[in-house]
Amino acid sequence: MSDALARVPALAAQHLLLAMAALALALLVGAPVAIRAARAPRLAAVVLGAASLVQTIPSLALLALFYPVLLWIGHGVPALGFLPALLALTLYALLPIVRNLVTGLRGLDPAVREAAAGIGMTRAQTLRLVELPLVLPIAMAGVRTAAVWTIGAATLSTTVGQPSLGDLIFAGLQTQAWTLVIAGCGGAATLALAVDALLGWAERAAGQRRWRRVGTALGLLAAATLAASAPLWASGRDRTIVIGAKNFSEQYILARLIGAQLERAGYRVSYRDGLGSAVAFGAVAGGEIDVYVDYAGTIWGAELHRTDTPPRAVQVRAIADWARRTHGVTLLGTLGFENAYAFAMRGADARARGIATLQDLVPAAPNLRFGADLEFLDRPEWAAIQRAYPLRFAAATPYSPTFMYRALASGRADVISAFSSDGRIAAERLTILADPRRAIPGYDAILLLSPAHRDDAKFAAALRPLIGRIPVEAMREANYRVDRDGDKQSPEAAARWLARRIGL
Amino acid sequence: MPALSTGPAVGFEQVGKRYGDAPPAVDDVSLTIAAGSFVALVGTSGSGKSTLLKTINRLVIPDAGRVMLDDKDVAAGPAPALRRSIGYVFQDVGLFPHLTVAENVALPLKLAGAPDHTRALAMLDLVELPHVLATRMPAELSGGQRQRVGVARALVTRPGLLLMDEPFGALDPVTRESLAGAVRRLHDELRLTTIMVTHDMAEALLLATRVLVMAAGRVVSDATPAALLAGEGGDVAQALVAVPRDQARRLAALAG
Repeated sequence: MSDALARVPALAAQHLLLAMAALALALLVGAPVAIRAARAPRLAAVVLGAASLVQTIPSLALLALFYPVLLWIGHGVPALGFLPALLALTLYALLPIVRNLVTGLRGLDPAVREAAAGIGMTRAQTLRLVELPLVLPIAMAGVRTAAVWTIGAATLSTTVGQPSLGDLIFAGLQTQAWTLVIAGCGGAATLALAVDALLGWAERAAGQRRWRRVGTALGLLAAATLAASAPLWASGRDRTIVIGAKNFSEQYILARLIGAQLERAGYRVSYRDGLGSAVAFGAVAGGEIDVYVDYAGTIWGAELHRTDTPPRAVQVRAIADWARRTHGVTLLGTLGFENAYAFAMRGADARARGIATLQDLVPAAPNLRFGADLEFLDRPEWAAIQRAYPLRFAAATPYSPTFMYRALASGRADVISAFSSDGRIAAERLTILADPRRAIPGYDAILLLSPAHRDDAKFAAALRPLIGRIPVEAMREANYRVDRDGDKQSPEAAARWLARRIGL
Repeated sequence: MPALSTGPAVGFEQVGKRYGDAPPAVDDVSLTIAAGSFVALVGTSGSGKSTLLKTINRLVIPDAGRVMLDDKDVAAGPAPALRRSIGYVFQDVGLFPHLTVAENVALPLKLAGAPDHTRALAMLDLVELPHVLATRMPAELSGGQRQRVGVARALVTRPGLLLMDEPFGALDPVTRESLAGAVRRLHDELRLTTIMVTHDMAEALLLATRVLVMAAGRVVSDATPAALLAGEGGDVAQALVAVPRDQARRLAALAG
């Protein structure tokens, strides 16, 4: 775990940079809007209403919503990473800033405004010399609230491919590595408290008219943010390879395996973990990541919108052709194993009920509870399965993968949407139900390269040793090393084990 | 200090102001106030005296007519420049609570682009405030001290014209008396044109050289204090004069 904890400072720096950039942008946008709104009650109602509406959108959804919007804008605007995270967090930070400034300006004693006009101040002078200094305390309170919110919500930027302390939290939740979760949460909380303390210090000093002290506090904050941005301008030329990973153990392990392979070939690599399944392909097509592993059936349904189930080799060839033609993405090859959706039951339970196939499950389903992973119930595969087998479960509940297995073991769920490469299937003696009607397409693990590496022979050569090399048993074992409850390994360690196991 | 010029003459030419459908706040007022005079504008609440005063420094824009300073229309040129050339004191004082006394007094100089701390301190002398107050915040002052600071700020740019809107309204009688004396002294020393709005006829009679009585937006009486005390100026004015006169008579009877 210590190699993962070593990432805390770098991630905290990225986290701080993102949050402070969002806060600064929110101030830049929010302050003029609030000043206008304070003089126009109608505008104030609209602005405060809109800002409140934004707050009602869960921050995770707000972040995810910017992906399609930026994708639609196109023209080289990055749809993943810093930009969508910045925009979403800025929207989030607007409400407390605007609300406090409007409230403060509206609450000013009219006599002060009359005095300002009476001694010949212009509107701009009144604002600068009188109104803003007087609302500073209440405005600062809004900025502090916004800062704490933004730093908290920035942990979610991981899902749109922007590194943050959320990387640790998401990876930790996924692999049940609680030290990682605590490191991520603790790091974010520490950042929030530190920033709040500095802003509070500046606020108190401003109240006492100690301007040098205000400067020191804000200067410290600016310096910390600037220092956090240092890695960005330092490594400008020497471009590192970014390896993407979705948010489950197998993806983390394969990303490290790919990373080790590339480092051996002399590349510098970094990881973009915890990408949502929907944004991963977009990320490689847009060049935000250079390489990642996806699964044939996922691309088949979600990107090609196909519902037929041809033989696996035909399917992979069709995807390779489509990816190159429409997005310039190279499908370098299959890794050698499948990670298909597979319905699993407790072995003893399946035998007792006489269920061996999805067909057998149909009459039993109304008495059974179904546990799915977070996205399965909305995926085209589930629709395809329901078309082939009219399954009507007593209940269907989405779980994160780890908790899904727990639910099956504890009897809270009777059937789950497992993954065929999951080590827990063998370890927990689960029965995989057969699919006699071939409703579920093939899920070969495929290696996808961004358009920049389309004709990159050196890059392809570094990764080609992985093609066809990983049998499903080896992948299951590697996954189990990370997913098991006791004696857990980090994805890095499991990747090293896997490399030895397949003789790399 | 260089010799100060006499303040401007103020002319109202058929000035009118109406808010919505209500009866006019100021109704066709025409009169001239001579340079160097101390004029009191007296009337009950809602008589239009404050509104008329504010048409001079354009805090109120009249619907009809115009206001002249000497032979210049106040509406010519930008309002902030006009207001910087006119001293303005009002009941709520309007000291800026985030600035010290000295900073409040010096602010008009700063606006004019010529900050001058020494001048600000000299103004404190002028309104008889000790220098130790210079670094205090307005909240630490008494009401009378605050109003003196307000007067100092109004006069710091050496305006020729001083407008006062109920300047002593919120003060206790003793403070009020001493501050009124100070203002009258400044008016004489600086050879200002001073226009003061008040609802207190006694104050007007004791301070002003000319008393204008307003009712329903019109000037209903225009006389010197001596003439008013001699029974001139009409019914409305006499009704206002009767109050302090009656009080004085009763006080004298009590003493005797």
